Amino acid sequence: MEVTWLCIMAFMFIMYAILDGFDFGAGMIHLFLAKNEKESMLIKRSIGPFWDGNEVWLVASGGLLFMAFPKLYASFFSGFYLPLIFVLWLIMGRGISLELRNQLDNKVWKALWDKMFGISSLLLALIFGIAFGNILRGVNLGGVENGISAYESHFFFSPLWTDLAHSENPGVIDWFSLFIGIVAVLALIIHGGNWVILKIESPFKKNVSRFIFKITIAIFLLLIASFFILPMVRPAIYGNFFDNKALLLIPFLSVSALLLSAIFQKIGKELAAFISSSLFIAGMFVSAVISIYPAVLPSTNDVNPDLTIFNTSASNYGLNIGLTWWIAGILLISGYTFMVHWMYRGKIADDVNIYKQYH
Amino acid sequence: MEDAIFYDRLQFAFTITFHYLFPQLTMGLSFLIVLLKSIAIVKKSEIHNLAARFWIKIFAINFVMGIVTGIPMEFQFGTNWAKFSELTGSIVGQTLAMEGIFSFFLESAFIGIMLFGEKKMRPKIHLLSCFLVFVGSWLSGFFILVTHAWMQHPVGHEVGENGEFILTSFSALFANPWLFWEYLHTMIAAVVTASFVVAGIGAFYLLSGVKHEFGKLFLKVGVIAGFISSFLVAFPTGDQQAKNVAEMQPATLAAMEGLFETQEGAGIVLIGQPNMEQKRIDNPIHVPYILSLITYKRFDAEVKGMNEYPESELPTNIPLLYYSFHIMVGLGTLFIALMLLALVQLYRKKLFDQKWLLWALMAAIPFPYIATTAGWMTAELGRQPWLVYKLLRTVDGASPSVSAGNTLFTLMGFVGLYFLLGTLFLFLVGRIIKEGPEEKMVAES
Repeated sequence: MEVTWLCIMAFMFIMYAILDGFDFGAGMIHLFLAKNEKESMLIKRSIGPFWDGNEVWLVASGGLLFMAFPKLYASFFSGFYLPLIFVLWLIMGRGISLELRNQLDNKVWKALWDKMFGISSLLLALIFGIAFGNILRGVNLGGVENGISAYESHFFFSPLWTDLAHSENPGVIDWFSLFIGIVAVLALIIHGGNWVILKIESPFKKNVSRFIFKITIAIFLLLIASFFILPMVRPAIYGNFFDNKALLLIPFLSVSALLLSAIFQKIGKELAAFISSSLFIAGMFVSAVISIYPAVLPSTNDVNPDLTIFNTSASNYGLNIGLTWWIAGILLISGYTFMVHWMYRGKIADDVNIYKQYH
Repeated sequence: MEDAIFYDRLQFAFTITFHYLFPQLTMGLSFLIVLLKSIAIVKKSEIHNLAARFWIKIFAINFVMGIVTGIPMEFQFGTNWAKFSELTGSIVGQTLAMEGIFSFFLESAFIGIMLFGEKKMRPKIHLLSCFLVFVGSWLSGFFILVTHAWMQHPVGHEVGENGEFILTSFSALFANPWLFWEYLHTMIAAVVTASFVVAGIGAFYLLSGVKHEFGKLFLKVGVIAGFISSFLVAFPTGDQQAKNVAEMQPATLAAMEGLFETQEGAGIVLIGQPNMEQKRIDNPIHVPYILSLITYKRFDAEVKGMNEYPESELPTNIPLLYYSFHIMVGLGTLFIALMLLALVQLYRKKLFDQKWLLWALMAAIPFPYIATTAGWMTAELGRQPWLVYKLLRTVDGASPSVSAGNTLFTLMGFVGLYFLLGTLFLFLVGRIIKEGPEEKMVAES
């Protein structure tokens, strides 16, 4: 049952990363590439009807994590207190910037919210990546100093940063988590770029396409580097893969999907490119989950054990009940998601209509 | 730890109070919008449709505010109340996750059609979308109240060896005796808020001498819905809710009524200030026997006072609890009176000319917000010193690793951010109100 729920949680977070990921990416594309009102509107409209629904995946995933692994939820959210509150503020700023931008027809007003939207998208992608880095690296569970725990064994509190280099008690931000954060930013730029290209019909597509091609090369190099960097912070990180070599297919396919995304984009297969970058994100996520399994939040000290799906889960009865309604719920959600994407199918043309009908 | 608890509580109280200003209008207004759209379709009435379109614009901004201030609530369970989350997650997590899965996805799927789909969709499909958004918001309220009811009156669980609550009966959560009246009471209170807003804006248009037709329509809808809901929020829902408190949280009842000593034939305090040092009510206005009567249906029934309970079991801030409860009940009574008066004048076709009454209706807009806030403060302060009534103390629920200084920092951040949000909200809604509803269908280009 715990493994089932780990799969459900992974599914939920992957869906979140893929769906909200494309609108984070679109936000960053907007920040770096949009030069005039037309380009700005094209990007906004490509995500306009979707972003709100995408955000719900985060709230729902949070709720499910709370229910299925309460101890992990409690530990993770209190331990990463400050970064998570920053995430909150950024999500709030991003939400209102999208919705309030077109309430007033004024250049400065719009520019203000546009910047806010772009910067909050960038910072959110970075922080989520940094959080991911922290999970891979592990945290000082129990707040151990000189062999003595300051809290119960599953609680911790990460300082925002210490000395950024590899230290005894690294902060949330250090060279490694920053590295993963940058990878996340680049990955979502590619993904968001693929989405924007898929949804618009305009010469602006060329700019986006050129931009994400460069990013693809950059991220590919970083990924190669990461294979050498990961064992530096976590020597046993490939253990599960060596125990079961078939699992190695997942990171391999994931990186292939990244390259395929660039190739598809070159030959104009826009949907295939978007699906490829989605698979790349999903593959990276699954690889990370496998690399630390059965832990979900590893411990960096020898005093307190890793938090695993087994020592953080709720009772079986609750998990069973949860599974029942989750299956019903996910069918409904698939229906809604399909409906919304069907209603807003097709491309947004580069004509005067983009200023109308929306907000 | 003391300080940390203080800031944790203050932050939660501040963020939830600010948050709830928005969902109450979302829930109430979605109901009235469905009503307006239905009348528009049944009567083929253009003005009802235009009125609905106007309120949908305000609904949109209000809805966004509700979302952005709502996300911090879920986060705070984990960030500031980690011990509570760890111990109650298998129960509280169920209902909060169900809220996300069953209501947020529903709302987010149909809100788009509700806001922007009117011109694209057939009227009935548009009405259906409005209806589904209404269902989503009321469902969301339902799951929150299932959660809240469990904290007030925990059922369907057993306590494990580490003090964790283990769910044993899923259905018991929904059959909780605390839930039924509290849910109706809260939802109807949301309709009260929306009715007062709609009637108040109607009065504003008539007094300003613009948008006459809409002013009259808003007043009519607002006053009729306002009277019915103001009445229902007191009887039977509020009354039954108080009886539940008397039965399931007797110490809370004594504290919120300001009853220091056990009495047979206890009277009710209408006005007065609790004096905690002398253990009495200063300057009381008092109606004898009524508390016994409304609580136990007998004039001479014994009502237990605060003297029966050790201090460790009594609410921690009795004066604030007492005032919250009395403000809620006092305002609720005034709402019934005001709406009854307006309804009578509406029936006599004199409402639209009676300036003083229009002024009163317009000035009344903030008060339902105050009443609902006071109501929630009554529920939350009344449950203290417990998070889960009689089972988990508030002091034992906070995050062990988050220091007071960190929480103070984020609290200040929230205060600043919410000040900005509130200003933006008033500015944008103010613009929409000033612009007013479109007078006739604008031909689609």
